[in-house]
Amino acid sequence: MKTLLELDSVAARYGPVQALSDVSLVVREGEVVAVLGANGAGKTTTLRAISGTVSRSGAIELDGKPLKGGPETAAKSGIAHVPEGRGTFVDLTVTENLKLGAYTRRDRSVRADLTRIAEYFPWMTERGGQRAGTLSGGEQQMLALGRALMSRPRLLLLDEPSLGLAPMIVREFFRIVRQLNEDEGLTVLVVEQDARIALRASQRAYVLEVGRVALTGSSGELEGDESIRRSYLGY
Amino acid sequence: MIAAAFTDFMQQVVSGLASGGIYALLALALVIIHRSTGVINFAQGEMATLSAYIAWALIVHHSWSYWPAFAATLVISFFGGIGIHTAIIRPVESGSVLRIVIVTIGLLVAINGFVVWQWSGEPQQLQSPFGTEVYDVGGVVVAAHDIGTITVALGIVLLLGALFRFTKVGLALRAAAVNPEEARLVGVRVSWMLGLGWGLAALLGGVAGMLTAPTVGLDPNMMAAVLIYSFAAAVLGGIDSPIGAVVGGLLIGVLLNMLSFLSQYGMFDWFTEELRLPMALLIILAVLLIRPQGILGRPEVKRV
Repeated sequence: MKTLLELDSVAARYGPVQALSDVSLVVREGEVVAVLGANGAGKTTTLRAISGTVSRSGAIELDGKPLKGGPETAAKSGIAHVPEGRGTFVDLTVTENLKLGAYTRRDRSVRADLTRIAEYFPWMTERGGQRAGTLSGGEQQMLALGRALMSRPRLLLLDEPSLGLAPMIVREFFRIVRQLNEDEGLTVLVVEQDARIALRASQRAYVLEVGRVALTGSSGELEGDESIRRSYLGY
Repeated sequence: MIAAAFTDFMQQVVSGLASGGIYALLALALVIIHRSTGVINFAQGEMATLSAYIAWALIVHHSWSYWPAFAATLVISFFGGIGIHTAIIRPVESGSVLRIVIVTIGLLVAINGFVVWQWSGEPQQLQSPFGTEVYDVGGVVVAAHDIGTITVALGIVLLLGALFRFTKVGLALRAAAVNPEEARLVGVRVSWMLGLGWGLAALLGGVAGMLTAPTVGLDPNMMAAVLIYSFAAAVLGGIDSPIGAVVGGLLIGVLLNMLSFLSQYGMFDWFTEELRLPMALLIILAVLLIRPQGILGRPEVKRV
């Protein structure tokens, strides 16, 4: 499989606080890769380094080309970042949120894609005129996913999608992500606190510890190893 | 008696709508900048005055005819607004709100000084494009300038509304205003959108300035009172609501004229023209105390 995203010794800081010291990882085309670890390990910062919302050093390449600049450039290169805590525009309607997802696109099939998204989330058509802020937490997370898909991303970054959602909704969310991965070959890098569900949804995983990669392996291996589960994943 | 009262009443409503249309334009400009930059642009009135002077200079000094000068002034105002944002506001945008507010006050003083320096403080006459005719509509005397003002104001508001609601750039403008970080993640160049917002605000102010000058006379301070009425309009409608700004503007215009009307007929007979401005301030105060979000604004919810 072709390498889509490569991070080589990436570091990032918020003012004086070093959030990432040395992260190297690879995501291949068509993979779902999970980034796990405790609070403050640098999971969110890893995603923010990729989308350019935090100042970073080290090399980040998408498709062999270095990624530079801010989030607008990342969006243009095909990276859709769904940030932690439902990335929706609460004052805008469901349809407007979806259309914004397609903001970087210049082609004419945006309308067709709205229909395609509706196959995964039928309620979004019926409630297209509703303000996103009036949706439930689960619906907002689905909308954030739908909006990311509208950009036809090469790489989807998901930050803690399970946060604050009922287990049933989390399972539904990851079912859709898996289905997108299988049906459309969508490449996903997902950060999760809930290691169990992330390992089931992914093919490979990285475990971060205080801003470094502590270990990596196939999701099946990590899930099967009890000592790893106990010491790193906490279940 | 009653027929005469009705005629007077209608007359006040029409002229109230005309001045209200101007307040609506300027209030809309204030709201656009408040939504994107998060501050009240105190220089909004002087920016409008400068636009009116530019139109006047084109007409009087360069012998342009009215409408080409009007259009050129709008273009100049639009790019001038973008320029002000880029050169003066953007450098302080990341700082505290107070810093930006102080910069807009400085801008007010600077533009006012520039106008006096360039064209002297002497009052000038900017013609009305609608002429000075008055029509008699069933006893109600209606000035052509008032009808023209209402038409132009509503036309501009509708065009702007369509831009915000139906175009991609309008959607991006709204997205950048309500959630800049998220907007950048979907690829919107937020700093461009903020500049565009300043451009549109300056354009709206330009229209307001050019429509105000024919009635009050073109002078460097002509927008000072209009700006206060527009503050009242924006606060009344909801400082974050574009539709509220328009509704608030028309309401303030008609409301103040109603007081004049009533005072003619013995009610509120203490009310004289000098009390119009204090009345606007009273409205601001009352709205902030009773319903801070205004008629159409949404109450501010802070996450704790």
